[in-house]
Order: sequence, then structure tokens, then C-alpha cells
Amino acid sequence: MADITQGNTQGAQANRARTADENPVKRFFRATEIDTRLLGMVGALVIIWVGFQIMTGGLFLTPRNLWNLTVQTSSVAVMATGMVLIIVTRNIDLSVGSVLGFCGMVMGVMQVKFLPQYLGLEHPAIWIITLLSGIAVGAAIGALQGSIVAFLNVPAFIVTLGGLLVWRGATWFVTSGQTVAPMNTTFRLMGGGTEGSIGATASWIVGILACIAIVAAILNSRKQRKRFRFPLRPVWAEYFLAILGCILVLGAITVANSYYWPTNIARKYADANGIAWPEGGLQIPHGIAIPVLVAVAVGIVMTFIATRLRFGRYVFALGGNPEAAELAGIKTRWVTVKIFTLMGILCAIAAAISTARLNAATNAQGELDELYTIAAAVIGGTSLAGGVGTIAGAMIGALVMQSLQSGMVLLGIDSPFQRIVVGVVLVVAVWLDTIYRARAK
Amino acid sequence: MKDQRTPLVEMKNISISFGGIHAVDNASVDLYPGEVVALLGHNGAGKSTLIKILSGAYKRDAGEILINGEPADINNPRDAKKYGIETIYQTLAVADNVDAAANLYLGRELRTPWGTLDDVAMEAKAREVMGRLNPNFQRFKEPVKALSGGQRQSVAIARAILFDARILIMDEPTAALGPQETAQVGDLIKQLKREGIGIFLISHDIHDVFDLADRVSVMKNGQVVGEARTEDVTKDEVLGMIIMGKVPPKAIPGPGAMQVA
Repeated sequence: MADITQGNTQGAQANRARTADENPVKRFFRATEIDTRLLGMVGALVIIWVGFQIMTGGLFLTPRNLWNLTVQTSSVAVMATGMVLIIVTRNIDLSVGSVLGFCGMVMGVMQVKFLPQYLGLEHPAIWIITLLSGIAVGAAIGALQGSIVAFLNVPAFIVTLGGLLVWRGATWFVTSGQTVAPMNTTFRLMGGGTEGSIGATASWIVGILACIAIVAAILNSRKQRKRFRFPLRPVWAEYFLAILGCILVLGAITVANSYYWPTNIARKYADANGIAWPEGGLQIPHGIAIPVLVAVAVGIVMTFIATRLRFGRYVFALGGNPEAAELAGIKTRWVTVKIFTLMGILCAIAAAISTARLNAATNAQGELDELYTIAAAVIGGTSLAGGVGTIAGAMIGALVMQSLQSGMVLLGIDSPFQRIVVGVVLVVAVWLDTIYRARAK
Repeated sequence: MKDQRTPLVEMKNISISFGGIHAVDNASVDLYPGEVVALLGHNGAGKSTLIKILSGAYKRDAGEILINGEPADINNPRDAKKYGIETIYQTLAVADNVDAAANLYLGRELRTPWGTLDDVAMEAKAREVMGRLNPNFQRFKEPVKALSGGQRQSVAIARAILFDARILIMDEPTAALGPQETAQVGDLIKQLKREGIGIFLISHDIHDVFDLADRVSVMKNGQVVGEARTEDVTKDEVLGMIIMGKVPPKAIPGPGAMQVA
């Protein structure tokens, strides 16, 4: 024990010596190890939100709008987590929108036309069989495209440009262009809406579990570093991070719980359950929407894969220096195949969210999503030169894109003009990032 | 004159060609435990190519490789590492965007019982090895691209010796270094040699390696001009081998030796 304390003091002294000539702001960021680029992005998001709040006269930052914003973001956010890994390895995937469309159509046919023949309508297993088959199709498409990139050495840009056309065509081919609807009621929960939210109590439980997880993660990392007597973060920084994390989580849940069911749905619910209609109306909180939970879970799993697993390490090494990765004995081709397979799986999950939300599988599902996904990853700090990118950044990037669109809709801006703005923002964001990187060197 | 022990490495009659050009043509070299062999020649003489066959980066067209007298099957870098062959490449071959510990363990990461990366254990070992090589090195958390040439070199060397290499290949090990760092690498080579590791030093500059090497092997146009013990030849004679392919009397001529008219 004495040794450990001594080790700590030495580390602390070294830290102090190093930080003595830094200003308090720099010292704060070094101590908390907060990623300043990520912070910049969050800052940009806050500016956008406050800006729209002012311009729309208080319509933007309402529980309802924020809740809808997160639901609308989830599909692209799910795909953006995979796009990060693709772009980090200096590849690109232009086919994600079409793969989403195809997986969505397969899942639509599966649950509407195929499975009910054998299981009967509204069988409880339909949604899971549908989802798994969609994921299998997505994984197969990803593996195929990845194999062509890795083993036949066709550039990913071309393979997935082909895929963009092929899978869009295939989507049409499945039903000869017909829209498939309505979806299975359990399946539809993945799309959010009043039914597809988990309610107030469950949301609080999720929030508290998340807070416990944050604290446990911080404690565990401190314990690990103590084990090898590495320099530790100052205790105040640990407290700061834990409290900040918990406030963000609980704040988000408070917002989700402040958005109540629309009056007519609440009234129907009250009638069905024999609840007397109170004076001021029945206020049933939505809580967190299921697609948002799915997206957050995907984000956590993908972050785990990218930072804690050997596969993730290989992805970044491969993106940083493909030759070095190859010479280090990494099976680079297999890594590429796995990345594209993962992307295919994520497209299928995104397809489930978007078909469930629309309550239909259509030909045009996911059109242009490839561009929004790539834009989200790039705005989120993923470098097209390879080797750099974070999952969290890409998800915030997706939220930035969706916030812009949602805000412009609230302002009543025409759809063509919305695209112009989004396009300009994309270019400006990457330009600012280039400046940041040049300065950081 | 010839060592009677079994050589650590014997590369026999190796050939490889790229698009009709014989990059290496019927070349043979060998290496004994605790020995430093310098592989010399002009740029494009085929020395890097020959050694990349040993490290598994290229596949030979013909010839055989013996490790400890037994035929070795080396088809990729992973195979080479299994035989204890570690390589420090001229280009350093580090992944710029990840930190020193990640580079040291690239391809051979330590994992926790749950299958996740044991970053803390890797950093601990990295601190230990780097402390031995370069005691001033402190920047464990930064991507390797933020490091100086010498620091990157120590990362590359640390990676090679971390896994108990028996055969070390160093391609232009001091090309990117200042005089002080070059001396450090020299000391390191002597230390590794004492531990019984066989080392191939590849260089186009004879001054870099002459004093470190026990033997020199000279290549020209993909062929071995000849080999000699450094105590038997002078630098000028070796230069003659490199430039003209002229083999001095005490050296053993190879297939690429200048034919005396």
C-alpha cells in the first residue's frame, strides 16, 4: 500500500511538473482527458440548437421536438457508427442507403407476406425472425462487397457505387415496386412513436443503470491504472467526469419524460383501461423511444468494438498505415471483409428502425441516406485520409445534420433550400476541421 | 575459416523477379547465433528484397530457407514471426495514428480473460521495454506521429525485441537518426549480440555498419558478389566489391563476382 501511494505521488509530481507552465484551461483539459474536438462539436450543436430556438420563437428546444429529433436521427446514427470504421480504413460505402432499402423490403415481405402464412398474423415470434433474417441479408451483402474490395482489389468506391444501383434495383425486384404495409405491431415498436417508447419508470431505471455504469467505468479504470502504478487523473477530475456524465444522462431522461402522449391517444388509452379522464387531461410521459435506445446501444457496442477489441485496434492500425499493419502480421483482407459485414448488419438494423417508423417498406426507403451517413461521419471528425475517427463523434454528427433539417422545417424553409444549407454546412465543417488539425500539429 | 556450428539462418539460391526483372538472382547468405552480418550494396542491389523474403513480406520464386538447419516455410509475416524473425523496416512500418504500446503489440495484443484488449498491461510492458532502450521516453499516450525520428526508431526496435527475437533484421537502422541516436543503436546491437541473437544489418552506407558487423555480404544487381569477415578486408576493398564487384583475395566470391578476364 505504501508503495502504491508513493508511486502515485511520483506520478502526481511528474504531472505537476509538466502542467506547471500551462494555463488553467489547458490543465483542466489535460486532467479530465476530454477530447477537445468532440467538445467543439458539442459546442457547435448547442449553437445550432440555441440559434433555432431563438429563430423559431421557442419551438425548437421543446421536449416534443427534441424527442422527435432523437428518433429521426437514430437510423442514420446507427449506420454512421459503421461508416466510421469504413472511412477509417480509407474505404467508403456508397451503398448503405440501397442496402437499407433492400433489407427493409426483405423484412417487410418477411413479416407481411411470408411468415404469417406459417405462423399466423401477429405471432409473437414474427418480429424477431424478421429482424434476424434482415440482419442475415445485410451481413451477407456486406460480406460480399467486402470480399470484392479485399480479395479482388476493386476500389470500395466502385464496388459500393455498383452496390448503390444493384441493391436499389433488387429492392424494386422483390415486390415489383409495390409498397409493403402495414408492419407487424411488435416490429413497429422499433420505430418509436407513442407505443414504441418505454415510459417514465423504465426510462428512470435505464438512466440510473447508465449512471451506475459511468461510475463503475471510472472506478475500474482508476483501479487498473493503480495496479500498474501509472499516473492517475486528479480526484477532482474523476468526480467532475462522473457528475457531468450522470447529469447529461438524467437530463436527457427528464426531457424524454416531459413529452406526454398526445391527448387523443391518452384518451383512448384511458377509455380502454377504465381510467377516469382527469380535469387537466391525462399526462402520460413517453420516456425514451425504443429506436433511440437501439441507437445508443449500437453506439456503445460499436465504441467497445472500436476501442476495446483487437479487431478495432486493427481497423485503426490499418487506416493509419496499411503497410505496417500487413507487416505486423495482421490479416488485413479479413479485417476489411469484417468491417463491411458489420456495416451491412448496421444497415439492416437501421432498416428495421426506418421501416418500423414508416410502418411500410417502400422502394425509395433510404435514398440519399448514404450521403447523410457519410456526412455525419465526416462532420463527426472522421478523416477521409484514414486512421482517425470516433463513433461518438459520428453519432453527434448525425444529430447535427438532423438538427439542421428539423430546425429548417420548423422555420418553414423550402426543401430545396434545406439541401443547399446542409451541403454548405458539410463543406464548412470539414474546412474548420482541417484548420483545427493543421493547428494541432 | 568457416564456422562449424549449424547456422541460425541459411538462405540458399534464392530468386525472385518482378515483371521479368530479376530483383534477386540465385542469392545465398547465412547467419550464425550472436553474429552480425552486414548486407551491403547500392540502392536497388536487391538486399532489401532478399531480406523481405526472409521476413515474409515477399514470396520467393525459387530457393530454400533453413532455420537451425531445418527447412522453414515462410509465406507471410506471421510465419516469419513464428520462427523468431523480427524485422525493423527502413520505413519503420509503424501505425502513425496509435500510441507506442499499441504499436509494440500490433498483431500480438495482450488480452484480458474476457477477450478485450489489456491496454494497461501493454502500457506497463511498453514502459518497461522503452525504459531500457530510451529512458527519456515519456510520451506513451500520444500517437506515434507526434514522436521524433529517434523515438519512432526506438518504438520500432522495442517492438522487434519485445517478443524474444532470435533473428533480427534491421533495414537501414540508422538512416533517419542523429549521431547520438546512432550510437545508441550501435550499443543496442552489441547488447543483443551478446544475448545470442543473430542480426542482419542492411545498409547502402558501409560506414554505418562496418564496425558493428562480423561479416559482410555484398550484393550487386540482385546477385551476391561475395562475402568476407570484416577483419580480413578493408573498407576500401568492400567498397570495391560494392561498386565494381571486384572480390578481394581473402573474400569468398559469389555468383555475382566480376569475372577476371
